[in-house]
Amino acid sequence: MTGERSFRGAEGGLIDRERPLSFTFDGREMTGYAGDTLASALLANGVRLVGRSFKYHRPRGIFAAGSNEPNALVELGTGARRTPNIPATMAELREGLAAASQNRWPSLTFDLMAVNDLLAPFMPAGFYYKTFMWPRALWERLYEPQIRKAAGLGRPAMAPDPDRYERGTLHCDILVVGGGPAGLSAALAAGRTGARVVLCDEDFRLGGRLLADDVRLDGRPGHAWAESVAGELAGLDNVRLMRRTTVFGYYDHNTLGAVEKVADYREDRAADVPRERLWHIEAHRVVLATGANERPIAFTNNDLPGVMLGSAARAYVNRFAVRPGARAVIFANNDDIGATADALSNGGVEVAEVVDGREGWLVKRALGRRGLRGVELSDGKRIACDLLCVSGGWDPAVHLSSQTGVKPVWDADSFCLVPGEPRQAEVSAGACAGRFTTENALRDGAEAGRAAAAACGFDDKAPDQPAVEEPAAGNLQPIWTVPGKAKRIFLDFQHDVSLADIKLATREGYTSVEHLKRYTTLGMATDQGKVGNVVGLAMLAEERGVPIAEVGTTTFRPPYTPTTLGAFAGYNRQQHFQPVRRTPLHDWAERRGAIYVEAGPWLRSRAFLQPGEDLFAASIREAKATRDGVGLCDVSTLGKIDIQGPDAVELLNRVYCNGWKRLPVGKARYGLMLREDGIVFDDGTTSRLGERHYLMTTTTTHAGPVMAHLEYCHQVLWPELDVQMVSVTDQWAGLAIAGPYARKVLEKVLPDEDLSNEGFPFLAAREMELQGIPARLFRISFSGELGFELNVPADYGPAVADLLMRAGAEYNIVPYGLEALDIMRIEKGHVTGAELHGRTTAADVGLGRMMSTKKDYIGRRMVERPGIAAPERPSLVGLVPADGTSPLHGGAHLLPRGVPTTAENDEGYITSPAYSPELGHWIALGLLKNGPDRIGETVRMVDLVRGADIPVKVVSPIFVDPEGKRLYA
Amino acid sequence: MRIPCPLCGERALEEFTYLGDATVKRPAAEETDPKAWYDFVYLRDNPRGPHRELWHHLHGCRAWLEVERDTLTHEVFDSRLARERGTEAK
Ligand SMILES: [Zn+2]
Repeated sequence: MTGERSFRGAEGGLIDRERPLSFTFDGREMTGYAGDTLASALLANGVRLVGRSFKYHRPRGIFAAGSNEPNALVELGTGARRTPNIPATMAELREGLAAASQNRWPSLTFDLMAVNDLLAPFMPAGFYYKTFMWPRALWERLYEPQIRKAAGLGRPAMAPDPDRYERGTLHCDILVVGGGPAGLSAALAAGRTGARVVLCDEDFRLGGRLLADDVRLDGRPGHAWAESVAGELAGLDNVRLMRRTTVFGYYDHNTLGAVEKVADYREDRAADVPRERLWHIEAHRVVLATGANERPIAFTNNDLPGVMLGSAARAYVNRFAVRPGARAVIFANNDDIGATADALSNGGVEVAEVVDGREGWLVKRALGRRGLRGVELSDGKRIACDLLCVSGGWDPAVHLSSQTGVKPVWDADSFCLVPGEPRQAEVSAGACAGRFTTENALRDGAEAGRAAAAACGFDDKAPDQPAVEEPAAGNLQPIWTVPGKAKRIFLDFQHDVSLADIKLATREGYTSVEHLKRYTTLGMATDQGKVGNVVGLAMLAEERGVPIAEVGTTTFRPPYTPTTLGAFAGYNRQQHFQPVRRTPLHDWAERRGAIYVEAGPWLRSRAFLQPGEDLFAASIREAKATRDGVGLCDVSTLGKIDIQGPDAVELLNRVYCNGWKRLPVGKARYGLMLREDGIVFDDGTTSRLGERHYLMTTTTTHAGPVMAHLEYCHQVLWPELDVQMVSVTDQWAGLAIAGPYARKVLEKVLPDEDLSNEGFPFLAAREMELQGIPARLFRISFSGELGFELNVPADYGPAVADLLMRAGAEYNIVPYGLEALDIMRIEKGHVTGAELHGRTTAADVGLGRMMSTKKDYIGRRMVERPGIAAPERPSLVGLVPADGTSPLHGGAHLLPRGVPTTAENDEGYITSPAYSPELGHWIALGLLKNGPDRIGETVRMVDLVRGADIPVKVVSPIFVDPEGKRLYA
Repeated sequence: MRIPCPLCGERALEEFTYLGDATVKRPAAEETDPKAWYDFVYLRDNPRGPHRELWHHLHGCRAWLEVERDTLTHEVFDSRLARERGTEAK
């Protein structure tokens, strides 16, 4: 507690002294107050050394007081909640917070890796590119692991994230980004008109610099004005105040992304509270009031703990009543000197010297090893101090406006980058527009808020402006760096980029700002160079001997500050990654022991396990029982598209490669669809239910794409066709009934229908009634058996399945799953997604004769290309093991005998293997070069993954019932 | 990005899928020159600036739209139903 007492002022500050909070830093117990950040609490406890730098492991302290902090990155939380690289300045203190320094080994004060600092002369810009180029193999094994160990940031949690993340969408008239004087003033002006206003600020307290500077508005302290404005806004129904919410990205058409911290800053971490919320914000107008970041002046050893931005020192004294040091030197090139000196004096910090760079008097070097002990001035004078407040001017936070695609422009009068002409409905107000005083911020904000409200059709009168008393500011004379030891003059603290690196990069020809950035990594750290980028640009300009405006700036990209991946993932993780579709028969199947497999977005029954059975045994049993008796399979997932209209047949004729003009009412036909490039797209049967009424079926996985394709064909290619279509996949349950007794089972449940071979022949399709419910029956078969597919309204699926099971009991009917279906279709040589995988033509899979030569259809002309019609393309064959017993492997390659096993000799591959219960050995479908001409030949099945190289015989792809006797029975 | 649908109004990008260049025209059925088909199937310009594109309001009304959009700034100048192509913008 002694530390807390010695650096905390006895009174003042926006902290709640009634609410002390205990926390730990590297295991040490410490105390702070509600209203502290971790950074202010650490300073209050006398902690100066907070982390080690990325590359050289140089000691680093707290440099800033906001999201621009480059040095004081910590790991927060423990176990699965450990989060790395959080600026201590952005971590709101809470009871029990556990923080740890990072990138040090074995400890923060004694870091063996600091030897890197001694090696700094040997680790210049582009070091990695130059040093570790050769031999390439050593990269993965040696260089990268070692570099990663030595250089780095914090450690992520190694366990699954236990927290929840939410996602929300906000629509508003006006989004105000930033809750400082400009943002509050804008929100007030707009909010009073009744416009829907959202105000976001990354801090947990609204006010911005009003909290940190000694500013008086209408005679009251700035923070009191901020509080009363926040109170008024909170009382307006049309205004939403969002603290702890960072707008990190500005996208097209006034779409913005924001992340709101929720649970991390609450002591009661209830289970229903998400850790963070990602907000998608759509705003008619945007007022950017994002403020500015102070920039330093760079000099030798300017990264020592104890060197701090003047604005940060004022924030610690005024907002947190913390003394960031005992004896200070102020070094500046502008009038902020006065405000800093007053704040330090009022806060009880001795001001040993004020070094005004404008008078040619400069801080040449910071002295000390692990912390600042003094400074050496340009005249050689040395002054003992433990705090150096440095102020080099302000850089407007132009990040969000730049993200809209507007390049910031160099303002030669204010020596800073300001936003370019807006391209979206946005305006920058106050400091982020380069207008730095509180008075400007308030006036800009009010005008921006008023104008935005007026543009949205609301009243247009600005509120009265408070009278402002604020310290002098401005009168900047640019001083970027003080000559000295260039390797120790740091521009990007977090990535250890020094002035020497900039000079080297320029010498080596990396003079474009984009090249410089990538070669030196300037501005590429997690803080994206909020502190050092502009100094770096100025130095590049100096090296090249051109004005800064000519150097330009790199592209600003989201996110403004690091954003957790969890927030982006939101709800979409694990079983919620995508919705699961269950068929109407899902529960019905589950009661019968079904195990499921993912098929596209669906879960389909894979097999119905009986006690003691595994998948293999169950699927063999189901296939055999179906071929010997009768089986029932859930085919509800097949896509179903209802197509009606006078031109329905014309549409079918154009999207399928085979002909449709002569299909009579009451008949189904197998159809093959190609893509316009001639590759097979999808297949299925389409039935003509009425004069102008067709029902198309698609494969399970292509149901969506086929629907979109038909809509494209109809709306884009041939809008003149008079036809309408709608997906009815979900409206109908589908049941396949297959096997020699299939007809007998159906006749029992459809006693009024003539299902004889004459009355309902192969490919018949008819609408009928099944015990009073509408039904559609098709005589089609994927298994090759006598087969029917019955469609009934989805809700009736389970009841009809039960009915069929009862009717089939006397024939030992079994439910069968996808696995048995797959066995049977392979036995029959029917192709499916394994063969129609987006690289095969109709000819490749033995369906070349289906392609009509008499009509235009999608893909017609491209299948005529020589390459795609070449006979040596791998095409469909059947394969059996030459020894009659060996299993065949999916994905295994086919090579001729007596040639080396090389890719050049590869002639095809196995697409679908199965154990055939009908034949009693393994069979497979495969694609083989010149396939149909090689029946009878023996080739090799080579599987280098699972280790197999066996002779296989090329046979016809139709293994069972090649004459189709069963089908037509 | 937001895309105005003539049937549904202005909607967020997530509701749409993108096909691409709307200016290519499928050759007539009788066209037998492989080059014409090759151009239609494979060749697309990638203009910087205004571009007519096909978008599908897949998670909305399922209309195919022809949208004129600036590929550089994403400004949308015009949006109409693809089936009303060739008519004047509304
Ligand atoms: Zn629409």
